[in-house]
Amino acid sequence: MISILKSLREYKKPTFLTLFFIVGEALIETQIPTRTADLVNGIKAGIPMSEVAKTGAVLFVMAVFSLTFGGLAGFTCSKASAGLAKNLRHDIYSKVQDFSFENIDRFSSSSLVTRLTTDITNVQMAYMMIIRIAVRSPMMLTFAIIMAYRMNSTLASTFVVIIPVLVTGLLVIGRIALPAFKRVFKKYDKLNESIEENARGMRVVKSFAREDYEIGKFSTAAERIRKDFTFAERVVAMNGPVMQICLNFNMVFVLLVGAKLVVQSGGTELDVGQISAMLTYAMQVLMSLMMFSVVFIMLTISAESVVRIKEVLSEKPGLTNCASPVFEVPDGSIDFENVNFKYSAKAEKYALSDINLHIRSGMTVGIIGGTGVGKSSLVQLIPRLYDATEGNVKIGGINIKDYDLVTLRDSVAMVLQKNLIFSGTINDNLRWGNPEAGQEEITEACKMAMADEFIKSFPDGYDTVIEQGGTNVSGGQKQRLCIARALLKKPKILILDDSTSAVDTRTDAHIRAALASYIPETTKIIIAQRVASVRDSDMIIVMDNGKITATGTHSELLKTSEIYREVYEQQTKGGEEDGE
Amino acid sequence: MANNANAPKKSPFNFKVLRRILGYLFKFFPKLLPLTALCILFSAVVAAVPALFIQRVLSVIEECYVARDWSGAKERIVPYVVFLACLYVLSILSSTLWNQLMAYITHSFLNKMRITMFEKMQKLPIKYFDTHKHGDIMSYYTNDIDTLRQLVSQCLPVLLQSSAIVLSVLAIMVYFSIPMTLIVLLGVILMMIVSTKVGGGSAKYFLRQQISIGKTEGFVQEMMNGQKVIKVFNHENQSKKDFDVINNQLFSDSYKAHSYANSLGPIIMNIGNVLYVMIAIIGGLYILAGFRNFSVSGLTFGISVLVPFLNMSKQFTGNVNQVTQQVNAVVMGMAGAERIFNLMDEEAETDDGYVTLVNAEISDNGEITESDKITGKWAWKHPHGDGTLSYTQLRGDVRMFDVDFAYVEGKDVLHNISVYAEPGQKVAFVGATGAGKTTITNLINRFYDIADGKIRYDGININKIKKADLRRSLGIVLQDTNLFTGSVLDNIRYGRLDATDEECIEAAKLAGADDFITRLPSGYATELSNNGSNLSQGQRQLIAIARAAVANPPVMILDEATSSIDTRTEAIVQRGMDRLMKNRTVFVIAHRLSTVKNSDVIMVMDHGEIIERGSHDDLIARKGVYYSLYTGAFELE
Repeated sequence: MISILKSLREYKKPTFLTLFFIVGEALIETQIPTRTADLVNGIKAGIPMSEVAKTGAVLFVMAVFSLTFGGLAGFTCSKASAGLAKNLRHDIYSKVQDFSFENIDRFSSSSLVTRLTTDITNVQMAYMMIIRIAVRSPMMLTFAIIMAYRMNSTLASTFVVIIPVLVTGLLVIGRIALPAFKRVFKKYDKLNESIEENARGMRVVKSFAREDYEIGKFSTAAERIRKDFTFAERVVAMNGPVMQICLNFNMVFVLLVGAKLVVQSGGTELDVGQISAMLTYAMQVLMSLMMFSVVFIMLTISAESVVRIKEVLSEKPGLTNCASPVFEVPDGSIDFENVNFKYSAKAEKYALSDINLHIRSGMTVGIIGGTGVGKSSLVQLIPRLYDATEGNVKIGGINIKDYDLVTLRDSVAMVLQKNLIFSGTINDNLRWGNPEAGQEEITEACKMAMADEFIKSFPDGYDTVIEQGGTNVSGGQKQRLCIARALLKKPKILILDDSTSAVDTRTDAHIRAALASYIPETTKIIIAQRVASVRDSDMIIVMDNGKITATGTHSELLKTSEIYREVYEQQTKGGEEDGE
Repeated sequence: MANNANAPKKSPFNFKVLRRILGYLFKFFPKLLPLTALCILFSAVVAAVPALFIQRVLSVIEECYVARDWSGAKERIVPYVVFLACLYVLSILSSTLWNQLMAYITHSFLNKMRITMFEKMQKLPIKYFDTHKHGDIMSYYTNDIDTLRQLVSQCLPVLLQSSAIVLSVLAIMVYFSIPMTLIVLLGVILMMIVSTKVGGGSAKYFLRQQISIGKTEGFVQEMMNGQKVIKVFNHENQSKKDFDVINNQLFSDSYKAHSYANSLGPIIMNIGNVLYVMIAIIGGLYILAGFRNFSVSGLTFGISVLVPFLNMSKQFTGNVNQVTQQVNAVVMGMAGAERIFNLMDEEAETDDGYVTLVNAEISDNGEITESDKITGKWAWKHPHGDGTLSYTQLRGDVRMFDVDFAYVEGKDVLHNISVYAEPGQKVAFVGATGAGKTTITNLINRFYDIADGKIRYDGININKIKKADLRRSLGIVLQDTNLFTGSVLDNIRYGRLDATDEECIEAAKLAGADDFITRLPSGYATELSNNGSNLSQGQRQLIAIARAAVANPPVMILDEATSSIDTRTEAIVQRGMDRLMKNRTVFVIAHRLSTVKNSDVIMVMDHGEIIERGSHDDLIARKGVYYSLYTGAFELE
């Protein structure tokens, strides 16, 4: 918990204010019973009304202060905990923005979402409890015991009995219940997974008529949870009786011993007012202990959230700028020199090995090969989405590690295989490529990407709002928007990673033709499943198993590469192309 | 309490929902629940009675302390205390009992609810899952069940107990002194007003906080998914700025919501303190002035009444506070329960079918008899109105006549569709996304019911066939592969639960999946989790094909079953697929025309209608839409 408190920053002040108010509140609250005892005794002894009113006024002022402190503490602790949550969210989010691809791969996006929402909410709640109760409880406990002893040490000896009983009770209960709860939560997660599986895979369940089978599986798992959960909660339910034993013992003790003391001393050593006060003090002490155990439980529950948050915050960004970066990319030539690459240091297998390649500026290069052979890995090294494990990658003759990262990525536009457009208008999305782009520039890029036509067919044209996940445009339209977005960067190098798979072959050909004529000096790298998409390239790279097995033009490769020929024939037998 | 605060909050109390919850509780625990309630009431009353004993003890003290006569006092006090102690023992026993019972009741209740929900979920039509987000369905089982747990295990007992204590204390107060009781009630009314005001403010902001959380989650989800795109476009700083705006809003709402909630407790308690002082002073004045007391007991208002009165006022405010603290949780519990009940009240998939699928033996002269052994042959068992039975051999003949269908009334998705698939034929559908290809398969297995027209399976109207039996006779492989937690072998066996290991492996070989499975770390025993996230999409599809193969159905529906397998691998898989499809009626939906080329009939669909039909060669010769698709002149989405 402590390690994430660095994110408190400007909310240290409300935290300390909370502590201050809480201490004040506890101090006053423990004074009130003694004062009331005086008041009651005074009334009993028949002191003049003016005295009674005076004590009453003091008590009233105390209540007002206690209310003020308590109320203010409510505000400051809310501010402190909500603030901590805000800063943590900010820190995690910013951290993720600085992540390299390697870092991103390590965290699934859904786990990052959980960290940013549920986990932080847990921490917020825990922090709120801690600064209020973790301080208040020991304070109340100490003050109440001191006040009780000062009032009457004989009566206060009740604490010798009830505190150990309650503490032992709470400890024993906690010892048994906590592991039980942990077990429950684990099983709970499993159960939820299976529910999600069913909700998602209902078509499969129903197709195989497996409803009863699934119900059986679920019932068994649910029954196990019921057993464990009942056990855990039954243990915790012992809290109530233990507390009651203490309170009741105290009541009997105070009544009996108190009565004796009052009667024997004739009201000089102890009076009826104190009897009532003693009951209140015992209540305060026991409640404090109880609340403290609640805090402890909260801490245990939020501990895992803290660990998960820390995991993100302590992640080291994988890529950094060099000391004196280059801010200008001279041209779009690319060199791979003895490049080997694996995704993580621990991975046994290299995703790429022995890559040597020279691509001249302005060339069109096609890359072809089956899934998982390393085509995407190869191009991802160019804008330094990952760093080569061994060997060098150069652009314009300069090692890419020497470029400023922003400069490099602005010069290398990449349309990722997993295309995404964001909620917002089409124009908003396209301006990711160039925030300052005017409408004319945008339209031009869209024409090149063969997107202008369909955009204009929408009622709102370029101002059409894209829904989250881009559900209101088709796959092929999405791909063309992504290409247009990349073109707006006016890059030196353009990489299309299987970016036209959902576009029909004719449109695909138009896009390639447009690219060739509008941006001839830009180096274009095209990864494709379809031979048709790459056959006109200046150079085609055939990859298999992380290696380049052949390079050449279409006609050369038909002669030299068996894989290429096989793919070509498979796609063209019986007809010209398939109509993907 | 503060930890209730993160669940959604609706302001209106929904007593219908509460009644229903209580109704279920009574139904499930007709004896235990009243017993628990009795125990709670007993404990509550016992919690209130010390005031009476204190009064008695104090009056004894009052009489004896001037004389310092402890032995005389002792004789009178000890019986009271002993009686009180006995009551306490009983009360501790009863409270232990109800606490234990409540833990049992809560979790048995939740378990029953969960299972009822799950059973209901399994019975819901596919339409439900197509129109509800999975995240929402999940939250019924997590968040909503959790609020229900709070409501049942905590709120209900506390509410019952606190109100019982309040009433008992009130009764004792009236017994002691009516005028003083009125003063206490005045204080309580003040508390009520304040808690409605402050509680209302807290409710308002909790609602806003909920909206902000939703917004944050939506934004974060989109951005985390698109993180790589953000990097590629150097969009990090802009995205940070956008996030800060949303984040600040969430902070401000959360801060306000909790502020109100957190200050409510101190305010109520300190109104209690003020009330305490007021009673002390007014009570003192009362005693000094020597006014007549009005009370049920006829006791004079002296110090022995005032002291227990003060304690009772504490108890009173303490319990009122308890009740106000529950309000948030009660409201949330009701909202959660309402959503759960909505799920439980959803209309289940109806099934009026009565024709069932049975194992059959077929004699040489074509006579069919039912068998209880696995014969490898199947027949439809058709009971008739007059009590006779007839059997029809399962052959896999599927025909659709003039079928119309709409997901949403008025928006026809399929129009006038007629398809004839004879046993062993391969029928393919091609067409753009939204043309209605998948819809046709949804109708054959009755995920959805047709609006007009007829579908016959081996000559039987499919509405007459029991849905489970109909679906068992159809093997379906979908584009989005769903695998379940368990081993690879378990997943394949999902197709037929009594299949042996060998049969499963055989099916995997048939599907061309054996090769990669044996190369997995633990082969067929490799555990899959999270929808098989450790496999590639193509590998998942291969397992799904094996799963359908082991079921060995006479009819197969392959909906983009090989879309994620690259063309080279597909060529390898194709041989397995061909073997799989042999002697079966197969419906194929595919993007790649190479996948459907060798079908017996290809249906080209557009906007819910079949615009061309025929074999590959027929369609090429016709030079129509299929031809332009094939030559790449048209875009398929």
